[in-house]
Amino acid sequence: MLKQDVIPMRFSQIKRINSRAVSSYLGQAVWPILGLVIFIGLWNVLAKNVDTSLGQFPGPVAVWEQANVLIEEHQAQSAKAEMFYERQEKRNAQRVLNDPGYEPKIRAFTGAPTFFEQIWTSLYTVTVGFLVASILAVPIGIFCGLSKAAYGAINPLIQLFKPVSPLAWLPLVTMVVSAAYVSDDPMFSKSFITSAVTVSLCCLWPTLINTAVGVSSIDKDLLNVSKVLRLNAMQHVFKIVMPSSIPAIFTGLRLSLGIGWMVLIAAEMLAQNPGLGKFVWDEFQNGSSESLARIMVAVLTIGIIGFVLDRLMLQLQKQVSWDKSATLR
Amino acid sequence: MSTKHHLELTQVGIDFPTPKGPFTALSDVNLRIKKGEFISLIGHSGCGKSTVLNIVAGLYQATTGGVILDGREVDEPGPERAVVFQNHSLLPWLSAYKNVELAVKQTKNGRNKQQIRQWVEHNLELVHMSHAADKLPAELSGGMKQRVGIARALAMEPKVLLMDEPFGALDALTRAHLQDSVMEIHAKLGNTVLMITHDVDEAVLLSDRIVMMTNGPAATVGEILDIALPRPRNRIVLADNSQYNHYRHDVLKFLYEKQRKVGSVDDHRKNSSGSHSLGNKERSKTKSDAA
Repeated sequence: MLKQDVIPMRFSQIKRINSRAVSSYLGQAVWPILGLVIFIGLWNVLAKNVDTSLGQFPGPVAVWEQANVLIEEHQAQSAKAEMFYERQEKRNAQRVLNDPGYEPKIRAFTGAPTFFEQIWTSLYTVTVGFLVASILAVPIGIFCGLSKAAYGAINPLIQLFKPVSPLAWLPLVTMVVSAAYVSDDPMFSKSFITSAVTVSLCCLWPTLINTAVGVSSIDKDLLNVSKVLRLNAMQHVFKIVMPSSIPAIFTGLRLSLGIGWMVLIAAEMLAQNPGLGKFVWDEFQNGSSESLARIMVAVLTIGIIGFVLDRLMLQLQKQVSWDKSATLR
Repeated sequence: MSTKHHLELTQVGIDFPTPKGPFTALSDVNLRIKKGEFISLIGHSGCGKSTVLNIVAGLYQATTGGVILDGREVDEPGPERAVVFQNHSLLPWLSAYKNVELAVKQTKNGRNKQQIRQWVEHNLELVHMSHAADKLPAELSGGMKQRVGIARALAMEPKVLLMDEPFGALDALTRAHLQDSVMEIHAKLGNTVLMITHDVDEAVLLSDRIVMMTNGPAATVGEILDIALPRPRNRIVLADNSQYNHYRHDVLKFLYEKQRKVGSVDDHRKNSSGSHSLGNKERSKTKSDAA
């Protein structure tokens, strides 16, 4: 009798909790969706009222169409490339058959890069630039946080170079890379190195500053613990300094990555280096009636990628952070 | 040469630099402590109790005089003078076990892997924290954190255990529990203990001797009270003990009649916070001097 009473009650409780969880989840989703719908509606209405020399400003529908066109173009281009390599292979096989001494050469497909190839180039460039900057900035930041002398020495340089737009560096970087990076069989193209270095130059500062501030504001008691335990310099850095400054380091890293991504697009436009920036600039120069819609696709893509990059960093921070109760956003 | 003394403080004084010239926080502090003694330092807040402890710990450098432990001068912090900090100071990213383990690994004493594990477990057992070994400090209550802090200090096998108001941040019931634990551990291990406190009952209950400090500036040892109560001590039995109450009375009289704070509450606050921030400056200064 009693058991029967207990079980249904538990079931009903579970149901209630579940439905509440679902409805709260929906409740959270309602507002972002509403925001998006209002944005698209306004965009649709306003776009119709803006006329340019390249035709009407693209509304959501035109942009959607162009997104599909870009996908189709990419598929067509990859099919072409595949056929090109197939033909080449056949031809090479034929020549080797006729002349056994012939060493087959593989020539790369020379078709224009598609939208998706440009996205890939940009992503790859920003990743490399960001990683190089972080590998430099985190240790230097830790060093500055630990040593007042180092901070005193480096701080003027930080203050001097931090406000400089990396685009101002771009001509210098281009010339130095052209002069210094000379190789018959380059592993990376010069344009890639130029873009990556430019990204690195702007990714350095937020990480460096935040790391230094994080390290210098470690709880004094924890520093005393380190002293009483006689931890050596390496142990001190890895057992005490790094874990306690992880939030600050990640704040810097996320700022850096965001700025790096913005700067990369601009650098690609300015230097005509392959990537999303070049895509935007080429479309602008092209000036067809679809150009604006295609640029709009690129704009939205840049935004989405920037958002995804930040979320990835957040996930990484959640993985690395010891304080699982902290709300990270 | 006095070899019978375990820990000696001789003419210890410390000046902190201020914009108005040096501020003498302590002067002429003399103290001889025997092995296995439990000493409490009591005094009004801001009088320099913690400064004395930090000098013994090696975290501050005395301006005059010095500290000798087993015939060697104390000039830097080290695990043979383990500190239990007031706010536990456990590394928040390590579990209770890992926190103690870090200390054990730093003071290996020739232990192998298995012996390290046993020693960590033994010390957690000693403070009755084995059940929470895998918990992070954030998941523990204040009293439990302080227990782990004590385990960490004990695991270093210190010659002197330094406790800086170890129970100051705890509620009265938890504090009583921890005091009992400390008495139990002291009876078992016979460590030399130097404890800072501002709680008269705590001082009388735990100590062999109570060192009462005068008010600053230039604070020094005012009186030393021997507590000849037999051990083990029981707080309930002692509550009615006339000798115990007599000791309490002596300490209270020293604190509230002989060393009554004359300044207003605001002055007092200014002084104590001022000397604290000065302490930080001094520490960074001595560090750069050493380097």
